[in-house]
Amino acid sequence: MADAVPAIRLRGAAVAYGSRRIWESLDLSVAPGEFLAVLGPNGVGKTTLLKVVLGLERPSGGSVEVEGRPPRRGSRRIGYIPQQRAFDRDLPVRGRDLVRFGLDGHRPGMLIAGRRESRRRVDQVIAAVGATAFAGAPIGRLSGGEQQRLRIAQALLGDPAILLCDEPLLSLDVAHQRIITGLIDRRRREAGTTVVFVTHDINPVLPYVDRVLYLVGGRFAVGRPAEILTRERLSALYGTEVDVVRIGDRLVVLSPDDDEVGAAGDGHHPPAVSDPLDWEGP
Amino acid sequence: MSITQYLGLPFAQHALAAAALVALACGLIGPFVITRGMAFAVHGTSELAFTGAAAGLLVADNAIAGALVGAVVVGGLIGALGTRDRERDSSIGVILAAGMGLGVLLLGFYHGFATEATNILFGDIFGVSSNQLLLLGLIAIGVTVAMALLYRPLLFASVDPEVAVARGVRVRLLGIVFLFILAFTVTEAAQVVGTLLVLSLAITPAASAHRLARSPLVVAVLSIVFALVAADGGLLLSFESTSIKPSVFVVAISFAIYVAARVVAPWTAAAGRDGAGHAGETAGGEVAA
Repeated sequence: MADAVPAIRLRGAAVAYGSRRIWESLDLSVAPGEFLAVLGPNGVGKTTLLKVVLGLERPSGGSVEVEGRPPRRGSRRIGYIPQQRAFDRDLPVRGRDLVRFGLDGHRPGMLIAGRRESRRRVDQVIAAVGATAFAGAPIGRLSGGEQQRLRIAQALLGDPAILLCDEPLLSLDVAHQRIITGLIDRRRREAGTTVVFVTHDINPVLPYVDRVLYLVGGRFAVGRPAEILTRERLSALYGTEVDVVRIGDRLVVLSPDDDEVGAAGDGHHPPAVSDPLDWEGP
Repeated sequence: MSITQYLGLPFAQHALAAAALVALACGLIGPFVITRGMAFAVHGTSELAFTGAAAGLLVADNAIAGALVGAVVVGGLIGALGTRDRERDSSIGVILAAGMGLGVLLLGFYHGFATEATNILFGDIFGVSSNQLLLLGLIAIGVTVAMALLYRPLLFASVDPEVAVARGVRVRLLGIVFLFILAFTVTEAAQVVGTLLVLSLAITPAASAHRLARSPLVVAVLSIVFALVAADGGLLLSFESTSIKPSVFVVAISFAIYVAARVVAPWTAAAGRDGAGHAGETAGGEVAA
């Protein structure tokens, strides 16, 4: 493992929009098969990190490598799972159509080419996430949890070596959060897939996380959850008094001026949509 | 003259062929117009085809060439002024108002036949020369080929833009390309049904298809079939009654299909979400009736 090429490696990486620096001097090496949670308040550049790895955003400084090479836009090595969102109820696109995009949605053509083989693969991956029962329904009529299962199937269809997850649990109930995180971790165990999981709430993924990257206002800390999610480390990172309390088996981060600063916030009050991949450009 | 006698005449054959090609292009773009929420863009570009046509009449005595040039200008303007939904609607409104005013002004300078002007608004496929029909046919083929190539990535980008971006799809570029495809298609359709009635071919057939099916492929096929039936059916009916413009029949058929689709919709696969049994079926086999 020691001499393996890191799945993702950032050295002194920085991102800036004009004069606004998002983060800089970011050093991070994610090993193949590692589960990394990315935490921090809104607007610290968690999604930006994913964009950089996807090759959609060019770092303004330092170097970024994905499996030893510069990030490449549209790489088949990377699967992407966004947060759940509302679809129009009457949108004539079924769950399985959404999954199918993961196979060849980027390629020119109608929807008919190579039907038998691709249908078999789509059916297979839908069955693997336990979505067979509802994959034929229009996506606008599926629940958030059902939709996210299909998202996983969509991402897995490309057989990715790296899974980037951007708040995939947002607005899901606890039972569905467990199902989704379980499916993602199963993929990691079975295929050695690297997982980078952006979240505002560490609790649903805590059982699976190897390390966390905690970003706050341009500063960051990387390490095992037990090292980072402490009163001392987070207070230093936030530059203000922050408390980490354990309620049952949940971790909650509290600061004096804000009863929820993000790391382990209450899943029932998710922050407004953070900054999902912007498809309209600046 | 009976319909069969008309069918022997070259002008009627040309008109039917042109209408079929226009219907094909309209049927293909229709589902995307609905999915991307661009009904107003269709209306805007079609109204502005009037301005282009008026300019064309004035400058070169050629309404269609003017309308086509106008479509490119309008597509470019809307693309440049805003591609976000809300931004786009207000830019279209602004361009539409300014453009229509310009069109009225241009028409004031035109001293040719007044019918040319009403033909732009309400369509007159029989008044189109064979050269122009050829041009329309070529453009319709171009639109069809482009849509056949872009169909899948465009659907991906329309339905699931965030993941499409992550997968490397040029979502913004596709949006602008589609805007131009739409502008050309709309200008074409304006020749058959007129700028004021373009929606009857560019939206109504797709809206009917949306009522009946849940698979993107089935929706596309139904949308094309409905547009063909309305366009060519309307022309055929107009042979029987020459005093009424063909566009009236086209609109009537298109609307009748929509009403029928709404009536039968509750009994089709598109109703409810009982998709359980369909998961393993063919991608295109779910138009339960």
